[in-house]
Amino acid sequence: MLLAVTVLLPLLGAALPALLARWVRLDPARVAAALTTVSLAIVLSRAGVVIDGPPLVQSMPWIPQIGLSFSFRLDGFALLFALLILFIGLLVIVYARYYLGPREPKERFYGFLLLFMGSMLGVVMAENLLLMAMFWELTSLSSFLLIGFWRHQPEARQGARLALLVTGAGGFALLAAVVLIGHIVGSLELSAVLAAGDRIKSHALYELVLALVLLAAFTKSAQFPFHFWLPHAMTAPTPVSAYLHSATMVKAGLFLIGRLFPALAGTEIWFFVVSGVGLTTQLVAAYIALFKHDLKGLLAYSTVSHLGLVTMLFGLGTPLGEIAAVFHIINHAVFKASLFMAAGIVDHETGTRDMRQLSGLFRYMPQTAILATVAASAMAGVPLLNGFLSKEMYFAETLQVEWLGSWYWVLPVAATLAGIFTVAYSARFVHNVFFGRPPLGLDRTPHEPPVWMKVPVAMLVALCLLVGLLPGLTVDPLLRAAAGAVLGGDLPDYDIKLWHGFNLPLLMSAIALAGGAAVYGVRRYLFDLHGYEPRRFGGKMATEWVIARTIDLARAVVSRLESGSLQRYMLLLLVSALALGAHGLAGTPLDGGARQLPADALAVTVAFLGCAAAVATAALHRERLTAVIAIGVVGLVVTLAFVRFSAPDLALTQILVELATIILLLLWMYFIPARGPAEPERGRHVRDVAVAVVAGVGACALTFASLTRPFSSLSGYYLDKAKSEGGGYNVVNVILVDFRGFDTLGEITVLGIAAVGILAMLRNLAPRAPGLDWEGRPWAADRYPAMLAVVARPLLPLALLVCAYLFLRGHNAPGGGFIAGLVAGTAIVVQYIAHGSAWTRERLNSGFQWLIALGLLIAIATGVASWAFDAPFLTSTFGYLTWPLVGKFEVASALAFDLGVFLVVVGTVLVILASLGELSAGPRGPLPARRTEGG
Amino acid sequence: MELLLSVSIGVLVASGVYLVLRARTYPVLLGVTLLSYAVNLYLFASGRLTVASAPLIDQPLATYPDPLPQALVLTAIVIGFGMTAVLVVLALRAVVETGSDHVDGEQQ
Repeated sequence: MLLAVTVLLPLLGAALPALLARWVRLDPARVAAALTTVSLAIVLSRAGVVIDGPPLVQSMPWIPQIGLSFSFRLDGFALLFALLILFIGLLVIVYARYYLGPREPKERFYGFLLLFMGSMLGVVMAENLLLMAMFWELTSLSSFLLIGFWRHQPEARQGARLALLVTGAGGFALLAAVVLIGHIVGSLELSAVLAAGDRIKSHALYELVLALVLLAAFTKSAQFPFHFWLPHAMTAPTPVSAYLHSATMVKAGLFLIGRLFPALAGTEIWFFVVSGVGLTTQLVAAYIALFKHDLKGLLAYSTVSHLGLVTMLFGLGTPLGEIAAVFHIINHAVFKASLFMAAGIVDHETGTRDMRQLSGLFRYMPQTAILATVAASAMAGVPLLNGFLSKEMYFAETLQVEWLGSWYWVLPVAATLAGIFTVAYSARFVHNVFFGRPPLGLDRTPHEPPVWMKVPVAMLVALCLLVGLLPGLTVDPLLRAAAGAVLGGDLPDYDIKLWHGFNLPLLMSAIALAGGAAVYGVRRYLFDLHGYEPRRFGGKMATEWVIARTIDLARAVVSRLESGSLQRYMLLLLVSALALGAHGLAGTPLDGGARQLPADALAVTVAFLGCAAAVATAALHRERLTAVIAIGVVGLVVTLAFVRFSAPDLALTQILVELATIILLLLWMYFIPARGPAEPERGRHVRDVAVAVVAGVGACALTFASLTRPFSSLSGYYLDKAKSEGGGYNVVNVILVDFRGFDTLGEITVLGIAAVGILAMLRNLAPRAPGLDWEGRPWAADRYPAMLAVVARPLLPLALLVCAYLFLRGHNAPGGGFIAGLVAGTAIVVQYIAHGSAWTRERLNSGFQWLIALGLLIAIATGVASWAFDAPFLTSTFGYLTWPLVGKFEVASALAFDLGVFLVVVGTVLVILASLGELSAGPRGPLPARRTEGG
Repeated sequence: MELLLSVSIGVLVASGVYLVLRARTYPVLLGVTLLSYAVNLYLFASGRLTVASAPLIDQPLATYPDPLPQALVLTAIVIGFGMTAVLVVLALRAVVETGSDHVDGEQQ
């Protein structure tokens, strides 16, 4: 997996500069350079094989279910890009070491740079399209980090965010395109996709795929109308601009177009969209570049323009056009990276990039000036330099277009026009900065930069010259391999040379050079005419407007929904639940047709009583004491329903809980006004009644529909095995303590948590009860009625006896831990009511929470004990003992578990009721005003 | 009988929903209690209705009621009590902290 190593080395090595700088004080630049050199060496070692032979593909499965594989490919096109990324990367690493100030976090810079380098290598070397989309996202993310490197500057943060937003949106488009391509082709491996060009182009989804791919490419490569992010990304440190914004990241879009060229190109829509956008971008950006006063701004728009040129060449779809496109990618990377570095040197030595201030620097830094002049000439397309060669090919290709018919002259004219502006801004870059009068108002005297800042520039400029003079010896093999990979077939005959004789392209070049010089000559009038700065509206403002409106919309939605009113939330919750339920159940027949039990007069009467009590509770809820009585009646009717429908355990539980609940409500009522305040809004009342009626009808229909439907139950199993495996006749109890003991353990734990929570909430709570009742009468002084006290005392031992009886028989007859616990708890609470808490506390230790803990421990210990017999947690066993007087008696291990349940229930009931009761022993009087201190 | 139970559950739900939409903690708690009754009855009835029987297998009976929903509802009733208690204490605490028994903590 040599190819994977090439990609992963910088990607995973991104942490190394920081780590090694901390551990062994190694220069981060050296670490980054070493990693880059190793990757470069690997790629170079494979270059010979790839240039002459078939593509190198190395593949490993990753997530085959979604078609993702960890596979890499090195063919001529990928090789070209990998060399650009690594070679220029290496130069940038050297350059940046001297560019960054001594206090800047270099290890962070090189970490981000390596991260980006690895992601970019991943994009160009991925064989799997999904993998490519992943690396594509990574380049967006790492470039965000690099652009925002000077994070203390707001412009840097905004520029980084803008770049991430635009290129990230393109990344989504790419992902969608990849999914669609996988759907059409049936594979996401490039080899398969490139071979399936005809199938893709004839597919119904072709236009959509093309639109998505181009969206991704145009956003990444800053094509019109998505070009606006690139100038704002110039807030990045200049080495980053030299690397990302000339040679690598912005070329990723062009790479994508070239990579998928065999699969997508050659249709009419391809020609019109791709070359149309390319031409527009080229012209508009070249024009704007001339009027930029910022050195890097000029270079940024110039980059956009050159990217447009390459896009247009790809759009032409002719083989020679593709060769020219690939050639210009190389040339632009070389001269633009050196120009950015030169701009960085100027900025570094003078402290400004404003061309209105800069002038005549030749006398201070002649070497830099010469290098910049040569590079700018290459950009302008001056003969003997590399830019001239690819531009000649470009001009020649614009003359060959067949698609436009009688409008054939549009492309050459537009291309020449763009050429004129290119020459003009190149001339401005050189003449304005290095020649003319001495600079104005610099706060230091500029001089030549450190030699290692010039060496990378010099190497790139030397390449410009070498390629320009000897194209056949230098660039031709790589160009042939790369263009061959793009075209996916044999190359046409072509010959790159300096002199093709007097022909039309040469004339176009001459016009561009002369025209450009003329335009630069009259620039002053153009500047006045243009009145370029400040621009009022642009892509950046549009993007920020969209972001701001999105946030406003989100705020508006949230503030409408989340008003802070629980009452409103409850309404929204109920209405949504009703709507969803109605939507899901609409059209279901109501009567499922199962046999129904006949209703008798008694049942109807009791049900009517319960319903009336429920409605009374709702209607009279402001008369709080009456409401308690009414809800008590409802509870009793529910108990009767359990009795009637053969559930004795439930009936016992329900009536005991009813008792405890009523005591609870009465204890609470002690602290609140006995009559609730009137509610002012009549509309809300009507609306709530409507919601309630709809909910009631819905619940009624749902219950009836489910009760009349056929039914099968697990109950047969429990009824069969209760005796043989659980040792009990009361199946409900056996289920609770044996079959589903683990559930019960969870449930008593919840009870324990509730009790502990209540204790915590009651801590330091001192509510004051109103001193008078609702008619203004003081409460009775006689707190503990004598009659009740007399009856309550003998009641306790009797109740505990009943409790023991219910507990012991629970396994075989209605009863058990829950019920016995409720009985015991209620019996003790009666003592509190009859005698007051002070009296009871003297006789009964109140730390009832310890009962809960003990009960839980017993229940868990019962479960754990079964491990001693190599059985799973909570396995039960049972046997028989003969007790004197009582007779033969069954003892099940589940009884111990039930004891745990019993203790937890007793503890919970007492913690709740006794601790609330303690509160009511406090002082009376009006409630204190709202507390002002924090609480 | 099924229809009777369904109507009763519907009335319980309607009264409960009306009460939980009130502004004061006291009626909200009554509403929650009514809704618990309704839910417990519904769960219990999901094992279908059986009269004149019991899930006790010491006497041979023609049909037994479904014991599983009964076991589930039994614990639900007890936990429902715990939940009610937590709500009561919460409401009490809220009155002391905010000086109001409005669910949104507002003074009337």
